Parts: sequence; C-alpha cells; structure tokens
Amino acid sequence: MSGRLATGGRLIDRSRALEFTFDGRRLTGFAGDTLAAALLGAGEGLVGRSFKYHRPRGIVAYGPEEPNALLGIGRAGRFEPNARATQVDLSDGLEAESQNRWPSLAFDVGTLNGLAARVLPAGFYYKTFIHPRPFWKHLFEPVIRRAAGLGRAPRHRDDDTYEQVHAHVDVLVVGGGVAGLAAALAAGRAGARVMVVEQSAHWGGRAPVDGDPVDGRAPDQWLGQTLAALEEMENVRLIPRCAAVGVYDHGFVLAAERLTDHDPGAPGPRQRLWRIRAGRVVLAAGAIERPLAFPGNDLPGVMLASAVRDYLVNHAVFPGDRTVVVTNNDDAYHTALALVAAGLRVPAILDARAAPNGLLADAARAAGIRVLAGHGIAGVAGRQRVAGVKVCAVAGEGAVVEEIACEAVAMSGGWSPAVHLWSHCGGRVAWDADRAMFRPDPAHPPRGADGTAMVIPAGAANGRLSPAAALAEGTAAGTAAATGQDRIDGSDDPTGTDIAPVWMMPQGAGPALRAKAFLDFQNDVKVADVDLAAREGFESVEHTKRYTTLGMATDQGKLSNINGLAVLSQALHKDIPAVGTTTFRPPYVPVTLGTLAGEARGDLFQPVRATPMLGWHVEREAYMEPVGLWRRPYCYPAPGETHEVAVAREVNAVRQGVGILDASTLGKILVQGLDAGRFLDMLYTGAMSTLPVGRCRYGLMCSEQGFLIDDGVVARLSDDAWLCHTTTGGADRIHAHMEDWLQTEWWDWRVFTLNLTEQYAQVAVAGPRARDVLETLSGDIDLTAALPHMHWTHGTLAGIPARIFRISFSGELGFEVAVPAARGMDLWQALLRAGQGVGITPYGTEALHVLRAEKGFIMIGDETDGTVTPRDLGLEGMISKKKADFLGKRGMERSHLAAPDRWRLVGLRAADDSVLPEGAYVLDAGRTENGQRATQGRVTSTYWSPTLKRGIALALLRHGPDRMGQSVDVSRIGAAPIRATVVAPCQYDPDGGRMHG
Amino acid sequence: MLRLTCPCCGVEADESELTQGGAAHLRREGPGSDEAAFEAYLFLRDNPKGPHLERWRHSYGCGKWFIAARDTVTMQVFGTYPAQGSGPPPDIAARMGGRA
Ligand SMILES: [Zn+2]
Repeated sequence: MSGRLATGGRLIDRSRALEFTFDGRRLTGFAGDTLAAALLGAGEGLVGRSFKYHRPRGIVAYGPEEPNALLGIGRAGRFEPNARATQVDLSDGLEAESQNRWPSLAFDVGTLNGLAARVLPAGFYYKTFIHPRPFWKHLFEPVIRRAAGLGRAPRHRDDDTYEQVHAHVDVLVVGGGVAGLAAALAAGRAGARVMVVEQSAHWGGRAPVDGDPVDGRAPDQWLGQTLAALEEMENVRLIPRCAAVGVYDHGFVLAAERLTDHDPGAPGPRQRLWRIRAGRVVLAAGAIERPLAFPGNDLPGVMLASAVRDYLVNHAVFPGDRTVVVTNNDDAYHTALALVAAGLRVPAILDARAAPNGLLADAARAAGIRVLAGHGIAGVAGRQRVAGVKVCAVAGEGAVVEEIACEAVAMSGGWSPAVHLWSHCGGRVAWDADRAMFRPDPAHPPRGADGTAMVIPAGAANGRLSPAAALAEGTAAGTAAATGQDRIDGSDDPTGTDIAPVWMMPQGAGPALRAKAFLDFQNDVKVADVDLAAREGFESVEHTKRYTTLGMATDQGKLSNINGLAVLSQALHKDIPAVGTTTFRPPYVPVTLGTLAGEARGDLFQPVRATPMLGWHVEREAYMEPVGLWRRPYCYPAPGETHEVAVAREVNAVRQGVGILDASTLGKILVQGLDAGRFLDMLYTGAMSTLPVGRCRYGLMCSEQGFLIDDGVVARLSDDAWLCHTTTGGADRIHAHMEDWLQTEWWDWRVFTLNLTEQYAQVAVAGPRARDVLETLSGDIDLTAALPHMHWTHGTLAGIPARIFRISFSGELGFEVAVPAARGMDLWQALLRAGQGVGITPYGTEALHVLRAEKGFIMIGDETDGTVTPRDLGLEGMISKKKADFLGKRGMERSHLAAPDRWRLVGLRAADDSVLPEGAYVLDAGRTENGQRATQGRVTSTYWSPTLKRGIALALLRHGPDRMGQSVDVSRIGAAPIRATVVAPCQYDPDGGRMHG
Repeated sequence: MLRLTCPCCGVEADESELTQGGAAHLRREGPGSDEAAFEAYLFLRDNPKGPHLERWRHSYGCGKWFIAARDTVTMQVFGTYPAQGSGPPPDIAARMGGRA
C-alpha cells in the first residue's frame, strides 16, 4: 500500500496539513501536494474504473499524461468532472469523487464487462452500430449507457468567472524546465519580450527530482539563481500553472492558466485563456515516459518509473514498501536508486536488455539491487492492487521463472518527446531509431508568415534527454528566437541511446497474454485489440486509432501513441516510420468550457443591437424575439392575453384602424455617385437607374447563380443618390455584397456606399387610419394625393425632420417614417399620442408576418432558402427584360432554373380551414429511389389569419400556378396527411385597393 | 489563425478581423457565356496545395478587399496587394516563384 515517509518531500509544507475528502472519506495531505500525491500519500490506490471494462485503476503518472485519475471535483456550481488528480493542486476542504463506477468504487458491477471482454473487441462500437440494429437499441445501449462514459456533466450554472487576455511577445517559451528557463534567460538577455508558460505549479522540470547537476551546480541551486535572474528582467514574464494547449497559424498560441483553483475563495477569475501572438515559440515541453506493455500492467500499483520518483522526491510519497522496477532503458535505474536511498525496498530490476551496463547499472548493483537482465513480467498478481509479479524471460513466450512479492511496479518503456505543440500546425516528426522515439524533424517545421520555422524545439522536447543538453539547447534556442533565427544546431548528447526497443513483454506472448497487456489505459485498448485491427485490414494508423479508440479522448496519444503504433507495425511487419504516427490535435491538455467561453456568457454572450425604441418595448413587456443580433417585439400581449390573442388583436388593428411597427432594423444603404444608377442596375433584377427622384421601387437581388438573396424598397433621393432598404438580417451582408462588386470587379465606377441602418429610426404606420394619425401631427408634409403609393417625401413631422415613404408591407394604406435615430423615441411617442383617439396599436413581427402572408408577399428566409429564383416566386415581372446584364441574369438562364417543373409559389387552404404544419411537405404519389415518400412541394409560411378567420399558407409546389383549385395532400408528423386546395398566394384584397386608397 | 497585412490601411490584422473570399482574379462570365465557361466561373476552383492567390476583406477594419498570396500548406505569406488588378505585382510573383 502506498504511503508517506516521515521526512522529506521538497515541495510539501508539513506544517500545513490540508483536509480533503475522496468519495466522502476524510483524508489529509500537505500544502504543496497535488490531489494525486495526497491520495497516494493517504494510501488510496484505487481511484477509478476504466472506460470500457470497468477494471480497477490507480494513479500511473505525475503530470497531464495521467490516464486514470480523472475525478469529479467540488460540488454544485463549482463541480468539475474529469479533473486530473495530477493537475489539481490540493486545497483545504477539497471534495473529490471517483467516476465511472456503480454502485461503488470497490465493488463495481461493470467488471462483468471484463468477463464479457470477448464480446467487446476492437471495433465493438462500429460493429454493433451497423447490425443488427435492434440489438443495439434494446440490448447494448441501455447497458453501456449505464456503465460507460467518463464523469457526469455539471448540472448547475458555473459559479466561477473566467477571462481571456491577449499577449504579444517576441519569444514564447513553453515549459519551465532547464531548457525553457535557459531559453528565457538567453532571450531575455538579448532584449526580447519573453513569456514563459509552465503547466505545473513549479519550475525546473525533472532536474530537481533527478538530481543531476546543471551547469556544474546542484539543480535546486541553479534553479534558484536562474529564477532570480529572470525575475529581475522587466522584459520577461513567468507564468506558472499555465498550459500551452495549441499552436496555430502564424505564431498564434492558446494557453490556459489556472488562477485560483489552488486557492479557492481568492478573488478574481478562476481560469484565464491567453491568446498569444509570438514571433517565435521555443518548445521546451519536455518528454513523457512510456509505459511497457506486459500482462496485468493496468493493475493499481503499476506506475511510470519517473512518476514514482517524482512522488517520492517531491512529496515523500511512495507507492509501496517493495517496488519492482521493469525497464528497457537506463533511466528507470534512477527510480530504483531513489527508492533505496529513501529506505524502501527494490526486490529486483527487471531489465529487458540482455546486458545492461554503464554507470547507472553499476550503481544499482553497488546499492545491492538485484538486476535481472533479459527479463520481464509475464503477469501481475493481485485483484485490486499489485501483490507480486511473475518474472519471465523477455525473449520467450512467458514461462514464469520466478514470482516476486511486491506492492508496486515502476515501469519505463523509454521517453517520448512532447512533440504535440510542434505538430499542431504542420510540423512533422522523424523517427530516431537510436533513441526509439519520434522527435521534431527540423526539415519540416511549422512555418510562420515569413516561411521560417515558428517553433524551435529544445531539450527533451527535441529528444535530447540530459540536463546538459537541455541547458545547451535551451540557451541556443532562446538566443536564436530572440535574434531572428529559426533553428539551432542540436546537441548530439547520447542519453537515451541505451534503450532496447521492447514493445511487448514477453516478446513471444500468445493471445492470452496479449489480451491482458494494455496500451491505452484510458480507453481500455490492449495489444490484442491492435493485433485484431491489423488482422481485419486496418493498415493505416489513423484508421486503427479510430477502430480501436487508441489514443483518443483526453489522452491524445500522450501515453499510448508510440507503444500502439509499435505493436501495429509489428503486426503489419513494417518499420515504425513506415507506419507513421497519428495526427496530434489541440488541445494538448483539456481546457474547461468556462475558459473557452471567457466573459462571453449571460448578458455578454453576444452584443445586442438596440433600436432607439427598444427600452419602450421592454418596459411595455413586449414578448421579444432575437432577429440576428437585434431584439424585436414579437407581439405586445395585454395583461392576461396569450400571444395568439395578442397577434390577432394587432392584425385586426392594422386592418381596421391603425398600427405602428418599429421598423428601425430594416437595412438602409445609401448608394451615391455618378455611376450609382448603373451599379444598382447590375445589383437588382429590375431597373433602378430609371426610377424618378421622389419615387420608390420594390427590388430583388440575386446571386450570380440566379437565386434570390434579398429584397426591399429602393427610393431615389436625388440625381445621384439612392436609398436601398434591405431585410433586417440582410443589411450587413448586402452592404458587403455591394462593396465586394464595387471594389473587386467595377472598381473604376464612381460609386460610394454607406450603411446607414443605425442612423435612422423607422416606424411603419399602417392601416386605414394611418393618414389621419400622421395629419394630426403638426407638420409641413402633404400626405394626400400628393403622395401616392410608392412615392416618398420629406419635411417636418412633430418638429422632427423626417422622410416619409408611402409603402406597404401589410396591404393597407401604409407609410414608413424615418427620422434621425436620436429622435426615434420622440417620433414613436408623438405617433402614439396622435393615434390615441383612433386606438393606434403597436404591432410586432408576428402580426407583420401574418399581414404580409395574407397578401401573399414573400419573406426572404421563409419563401427563399438560397435555391429559389424570382420566377419560382411568381416575380418574373420584377426581372428587367431590357437590361443586357445584371447579377444573376446568366445564372437564371441555366436549364434547370428555367425548367417548367420547378416548385413555384402558390397559396394553400386546408380543407378544414386549419393551420397547416410549418415545414410540411406536399406529398406526391410513390416513393423516391431511397424508399422515402415522394414529394412535390413544401409549405413555406403558415399562419392563422384573423382577417379571414381561417388558416392560410404559402407553399412552393411543382407546376404550382397551373394547378389552381386542385387538391393536394400535406404531410403531418404522427398523423394522416391533410387535404388542402391550391389557391392564389394573395388571399386578401387581391386588387390592392386598400393600399392605394 | 492567420495574420495578414491589409494593404489599404496597413493594419496587421488577425484572421478574426478578416473575411475570406475564395480564389482571386476570377474572370466574370455574364450573359452570352457558354455553359462550360459559366460553370467554371461559378463552381470550378483550383484549390491548390501550395501557393494561392485569395481574396480577403478587412471586414472589421477598413472594410477593403485585398488579395493575399499565401501557401496553403506552410501558411507562408508572399505578400498582400490591393484587389484592383488582374494579378500579383512583380515582387510578390517573384517571391512565389511563379507557382501560382
Ligand atoms: Zn484595412
């Protein structure tokens, strides 16, 4: 059982004991512990259950590569699932719970999955998804949903706050070990703006734990002096607890900083996302030790050798009284020596190599440790934790030669440089056969805007594992990065070349043993699964990854990648470089959603565009709806009124009296210049250059493909100026569309455009009493016969300078009054006062929709979806036949757009006068080639018409206009189709007498 | 996230300030063009792996369109230039090594 020594621990403060709970049990750790260190120190060997088989799992690693100890931390609004215990700083009162276990961690019915492992092979998900389907739905899914999956999602609103900040630096150093700090020192001395991010709470990386001298000094001494020198430099910024998670184009790097997680209750945001632009990135992210694949390697108590050393030196925490070390390289000997020096027992070092020699092996033997060369592990004894190992010859099939009792196993399969950030943005890796590792390929770096390498790897991240190499490469990289160079002459340090590339032990293991050797602890992928994938023909490493789930999820290949593809390459009888590696993708470590959202939540989720009258609508308790970034009144319910009733009342008011609508959101683009008319003739399907001053014309805009993209009324203001109204959602898009053509195609045309949408408040006054209301307001504008339909004028209304357009989207006598935005509220209130006597009624967007649908007027986005032409909508009359060219003219001539059997606009009336379902299809006889019911049209708008006292609908229907009076079937979900009659789109006042009145 | 210098206002703009507009220097085909030419104009793009001339708009800046000469693999930027023209200026073309 793991525990804590009475003395030692370079990072802990024994005077500050911290209490915490794990699955409700009260435990104690020390300040300076991570949660993982405190759990091991408290003897908690079992921390979770594996994803698929629910096998017991313990802590394996010391850093972000930890695959098993994913815990739920905190409660209620501060609950976070899947936190890595190795990256959670212990704090007083911390609450942690294990995940993925039911009903309890120690007794878990999911281990039945282990018994059923035969039916959960590689590709299980894909195979059961395919067939037979009922098996999946009724048998597998309910069981798997219950038993599988990582932590549960938080149910509460996050009580914490988060922030995002930008940083611009010459040199970003990723990693605060020897290489990183040496790089920072060199770059800082060269005068560069430097930022150093270190994912852990501590500086120095592995050096203080391993103890090798750095630059002739004890590592802690070197570290203290170096940090002091860096802190004196104003151009260097050191940020601990900050993980660089992704490298993107042109030196853009995201880093996530944990601000108060270690100090709950401290003021300020919990976490911070750094958005960094770096001239050059020095990648000094170190290396990650690899596990060894041997049967039983997932049992709690089997740990990475370097992690054993880290817990021991930093926290005085040991994994057990007796630890067997198993390795294929020299580095694990450090662990054996450290354990013995701490008074713990190392019954044996099992070394896969035939003849381990050198200083470390000699030192181990001198310390009295038994070294078994050419040996490995054929099995691990124990049910929920290690009780002993079965020793075998590495070269054989696994015949057990000896059993050694122990509580822990420290394994080392060599080191993998943390190349993830190098690879995120295109950097390639090359296989270093001497060291059995992929390291950054200097010939294929991720490149910056100037074509040079934007990342310079140094030290262990570059595959150079000694402190001396880290110091030399770090210094060189820092200097290079600060002085405009993009590469260094790498060190030829031989550390790590002593490795024997043993990927599975024993090497001759049969299927039974291969099915017990895990490659990916988090995703429960075994050697046998990769073998199976290879047998089933998955030769690409990318396919194998997805088929077996090897290295997926939060692992992102940290622990499992190299071992997995080594096993695959053996199964395929290929070299490792020929198989290649999977793609590393951001984020390097998981980032909380809160950090990614930053301040963009609640009221700040997105900007709100407010019309000058928004406050009035809100005060009046209008029911608001989002329209793009605008908020518009949907309707204004009176006390006790449903929305339906309110909309009907508003529609009736417009039809019978007068209503007003806040139309300020309509796009208003001024197009002016000597060539403005010519330009608008190209943009609209109709002619705008011929529009007389003082007149308005309805216009359609098409894409080059001939599809309708926007519509609106254009008013000619003067000889050289037109005001183009667009839809509410179209203002920015159409303005950009105009600018695109003006700047990139017709740049010699003398035209200027200006998006004036927010400069004007606009109010639609509609209904038979509209003119009466406007005339009540003192003014100098003649609104009688002098202003016919589709004309505009200007003057003063209620003391406000105003433009009045006589236009109608309701089919009633209608005016739209535009005033400077600052006077919008004045106008709105003046209209309300003036209309008091005639019951003037504010109406919202829903009444607007009903009114226009009663008239058969189209709405962009309802009747159009990007595949609808003006002709489809019966708007051929709006297409100029005289103009030689306009945008979309050629597109509309394409044969399928001119085909007679296109779906075209009609009205539909349900046989029982009900409201047809939104989005319903008009059914056709027979079935499609996919076996689905054939269709011949669809409902595009459907409402209850208070005016006609029945349902009305617009639809696109094959040969529609030729089929007036015919009956069709309209689909309903969960009910029989409903009969409807094809009618004209305009179902109210077809002659238009009311709006001309 | 790319960073491109707007040749109109001189700002070195983050990609989040910019809008991408597809391949540059297309020749517009209008009424009278044959089906093949019109199809090519609407739909057929080279989508090269390597140097590429593409339209960008400084949407959240000066609002101007410009052309960027960029390697779609390495992200190297050979230069940016105003959209009013039919091809890259000689210095940018030289940097691209005649590869576009
Ligand atoms: Zn600009």
